[in-house]
Amino acid sequence: MLFDWTFLTGASVATKLFSGVVTTLQLFAAAWIGGFAVALVIVGLRAIPFAPLGWFMRLFVEYHRNVPTVVQIMVWYFGVPEVLPAPVRLWVNQSQSEFIFAAVALSLNVSAYYSEDIRSGLRAIPHTQIEAARAIGLSAFAAMRYVSVPQALRIGVPPLLNRTLILFKDTSLAMVIGVADLTYQVKAIENLTFRSFEVFAVATLVYLTFSLAIMGAGAWFGKRFPPGFKS
Amino acid sequence: MIEIIRHHGTLLLVGSWPNGPLGGIAVTLLLASLGMILSFPIAILIGLARIGEWRWPRYAATAWVYAFRGIPLVMIIFWAYFVLPRVTGVAVPAFATALSAIVVYESAFLGEIVRAGLQGLPPGQLEAARSIGLSYRLAMWHVMLPQALANMLPSLVNQFVSTIKATSIVYIIGVHEITFAAQQINSFEPDKALQTFMVLACFYFTVCYLISAFAQVLERRLRSRRQGRASPPPTGQEAT
Repeated sequence: MLFDWTFLTGASVATKLFSGVVTTLQLFAAAWIGGFAVALVIVGLRAIPFAPLGWFMRLFVEYHRNVPTVVQIMVWYFGVPEVLPAPVRLWVNQSQSEFIFAAVALSLNVSAYYSEDIRSGLRAIPHTQIEAARAIGLSAFAAMRYVSVPQALRIGVPPLLNRTLILFKDTSLAMVIGVADLTYQVKAIENLTFRSFEVFAVATLVYLTFSLAIMGAGAWFGKRFPPGFKS
Repeated sequence: MIEIIRHHGTLLLVGSWPNGPLGGIAVTLLLASLGMILSFPIAILIGLARIGEWRWPRYAATAWVYAFRGIPLVMIIFWAYFVLPRVTGVAVPAFATALSAIVVYESAFLGEIVRAGLQGLPPGQLEAARSIGLSYRLAMWHVMLPQALANMLPSLVNQFVSTIKATSIVYIIGVHEITFAAQQINSFEPDKALQTFMVLACFYFTVCYLISAFAQVLERRLRSRRQGRASPPPTGQEAT
């Protein structure tokens, strides 16, 4: 088999691949920001001692952890527009709605995991640590700044980074509803040119590069900030 | 939602079986179980290579783990779809293609669980086994692996849940599993998409939630049994 790499630099193929990478990164960024914001809200809501709210938040988290991401995307894209009011549905149909629905689905999915990681980071610090910090004369802010937050981050950040890696890979699932991300473009180029090997190789390298960067960040963090103690 | 279950319940459970090919959640569970069982021997080799003294197997296993943890499963499925017919020279059925991709993908995650299980054992175990005259191979086989496996059980069950969720994407190459069945129902009943996909979500939720709950019970029992010993339970990384 002869591999023809030059075809990859052909104008239409290169443009498709590049726009695929851009869409993948946009979706990742949108879902990451949205997911983190929702996760912080969840952490706040779960701290409120009101049982029905607590049950609802648990159900929210368990739904997103026990249903495949693909299915969550399908529920949002195929299902939710049915119950939206007609004008909203019209707007959704006319605009770039796949991207929005994929971003919403991925945000909510990752927020369930992020919120659990943040909560376990916060919970892992025994209250006696704060009391001890206050007892040696630190102010409430200083106790947080120098004692509880550094320890919570050391415990919470590695699982957050691992989940971020999974989020990055999960952006490839948005192709099932037609988001023109890298995976979608790979399939499109393959259908046009039948040059499967070259296109797959390039896409795999792109995914690997970003994934390895995230994994590298995780490894660096683990080495630079090892957990202070194990609970 | 009741209506969808009443009209299409069997399609979601077993596909068109017994009059046609097996499908539905039966195939989802079959694919996930076979994927776990077939990737487990590879995972043990990876785990052993990762903690072993031999340099080249260690590098190869590390590269394998990082590569397959970093590539989305969809891309691995594309590769399997492209490579398998060329290597075997025959048309490969969609189920076998999906299974191969899942085995390769899961082997990386299971390999990390095996490694964590072996590294979680107290080092004295290997030293003691070696000092009573067992070779490294026998010490691994009779002393380290059995204990590591017992400690790994909760992580393995959690990984099984991840595998079930991961299989939902294989419908794109036409494997008749439960997501494929839901897509079929969606084409019969285009005005009931929300209900259809909520039913699909409920199926996955029930199965995955029950198995996760079982993993938690296992973990609690393991912890109470190991109380006072110096072995922390292994932690694996989850795939989705």
